[in-house]
Amino acid sequence: MTELAPPSQDAMAVVRAQNLGLTFSTNDGDVIALSDVNLTINKGEFVSFIGPSGCGKTTFLRTIADLEQPTSGTLTVNGTTPSDARLNRAYGYVFQAPALYPWRTIAQNVALPLEIMGLADKAERIARTLELVNLTGFENKYPWQLSGGMQQRASIARALSFDADLLLMDEPFGALDEIVRDHLNSELLKLWARTRKTIAFVTHSIPEAVYLSTKIVVMSPRPGRVTDIIESDLPAERPLDIRETPEFLRLAARVRDGLRAGHSYEE
Amino acid sequence: MSATTNTGLSRLQLWLALGAGAVSVLGLALALVAGDAPVHLLAFLLLGTATLLRLRLPVPLWIDGLLMLMGAIALLLTLPLFVAEPSYFWLALLACWAFAWLFVERLSQAIRTRQLSGRVFGLLIPVLFGVALLFIWEVVTRGANVPQVLLPAPSQIWTRLLASVPTLVADFQQTFLKAVLAGYAMGCGAGFIVAILVDRSPFLKRGLLPIGNFVSALPIIGIAPIMVMWFGFDWQSKAAVVVAMTFFPMLVNTVAGLNQASSIERDLMRTYAASYSQTLLKLRLPAAAPFIFNALKINSTLALIGAIVAEFFGTPIVGMGFRISTEVGKLNIDLVWAEIAVAAVAGSAFYGVIALIERAVTFWHPSVRGGRA
Repeated sequence: MTELAPPSQDAMAVVRAQNLGLTFSTNDGDVIALSDVNLTINKGEFVSFIGPSGCGKTTFLRTIADLEQPTSGTLTVNGTTPSDARLNRAYGYVFQAPALYPWRTIAQNVALPLEIMGLADKAERIARTLELVNLTGFENKYPWQLSGGMQQRASIARALSFDADLLLMDEPFGALDEIVRDHLNSELLKLWARTRKTIAFVTHSIPEAVYLSTKIVVMSPRPGRVTDIIESDLPAERPLDIRETPEFLRLAARVRDGLRAGHSYEE
Repeated sequence: MSATTNTGLSRLQLWLALGAGAVSVLGLALALVAGDAPVHLLAFLLLGTATLLRLRLPVPLWIDGLLMLMGAIALLLTLPLFVAEPSYFWLALLACWAFAWLFVERLSQAIRTRQLSGRVFGLLIPVLFGVALLFIWEVVTRGANVPQVLLPAPSQIWTRLLASVPTLVADFQQTFLKAVLAGYAMGCGAGFIVAILVDRSPFLKRGLLPIGNFVSALPIIGIAPIMVMWFGFDWQSKAAVVVAMTFFPMLVNTVAGLNQASSIERDLMRTYAASYSQTLLKLRLPAAAPFIFNALKINSTLALIGAIVAEFFGTPIVGMGFRISTEVGKLNIDLVWAEIAVAAVAGSAFYGVIALIERAVTFWHPSVRGGRA
């Protein structure tokens, strides 16, 4: 069992990492994926992780989800170990690819976690979450009959259907074109405002990170580490054209500086 | 492709048309010289010659089809008239075949360019191909007086088949309904169950896969007599041979299929804290379905072959393999062919049923959904 932080500090903390490290052993020797990560994600926050590939942002998300095991430090999710949090179905995970099962319709895909967890009122949950991602009317379509953006929205609905308070998103819009991406970003913000979930969001796009987040975590590779944590002062209400305002550009510049500082030109 | 001339025909079609016409001319000349040609064959050769007019006039493709039909009927009517068929007979057969090829060529072009509906006429082409093969078989075996022991004519086989329906039905029941179906169900079922066990335990994977491999490498003519010793002369020993033949393809395919689910799909199940059986039932088995159906299809034909061959090594006096081995000895080759025909139809129907079920179950797979996506 991990040692818990005092309750007063921990009341708002959904994810808390202290001196977290993760080293992969490969045939070419050890790879330090995460080194000395200290971070707290509070309830209701929208936290983006940004950095070049190999900086450990996806690994960190997977560690929260108990898909990877840390090799040093402590990590708590909802005050428990990641493993217990997973068994308690504490989070919904959205992967880089939609990973919808092609033999199931959209409604059946959204129902998948409900079947596994044995939750009641399936029909109501399916209707509600599909409405949240604007997919009402596509219940009986198969995934391969929808566009990439719609498939990814369905996978978000699937992650929302069982009402976990924490949503982990690993570059969910990385494979989509910019116009679809803008649209889904603004929809995601609306969804976040309506559901008040805690969201951890991995991206490698600076505008996406600044536009969406209340907190931006800048990471850098070799070894994977956190170089800057930026609290966003942008208003909660964010139309797409907020991206032309000076406040937005100032935040984006700070993120870019953080990325540049952590970047090495050794190789 | 569309190197069309002013006749509206492609290069290949033009050559076929010229060939059919020229052979008709030659046949007509020889028939007139011989003077003993029947009227219907003369009429066919004359009309065949007349199609050379297509160099001036457009000739619809149905005329070619009609000539093919007419030639076939004339040839069949001429067959009994001679002991040794005259040379113009063979030229007429050649012309008839050329008209058939030309007709199918033009038909498929018309379907390709959507002048004719592929839904209605698409089936005509494979049917014509099959009928043409049977027809040429019939005409050549009878016309050239091929000894019945070497190759009986399809009509002879058909007559024999109709005359021995009770025998064939009894053989079919013994071999197919008992040995093949029972052995297939047990072999595929056992392969499937062992595949699940192998998947569950790496220990079994190292132990059972080589044994399965070993069993599949045993020659069927080696194990069949041993199975007869073990399980007796009746269908049970044949089912045992079928089990031995179908087990391994099912095992290997199912093991491979269970690894088909991608790592993201598995991680997804892990984030739901899904149990092993939930992951198996809701993800890995559906993802394995295309592989499992591959094994079922391979096994559907293997099972029939195995049961028939196994009957060569001891059987009660009934069964398709028994009939084939004994009737060959009696030189009743037409009954052997009738038995082969039954086996071919049964095997194809078995395969077809499995393939239809596959289409319904794996409708989502890219290879099946093709046109519907």
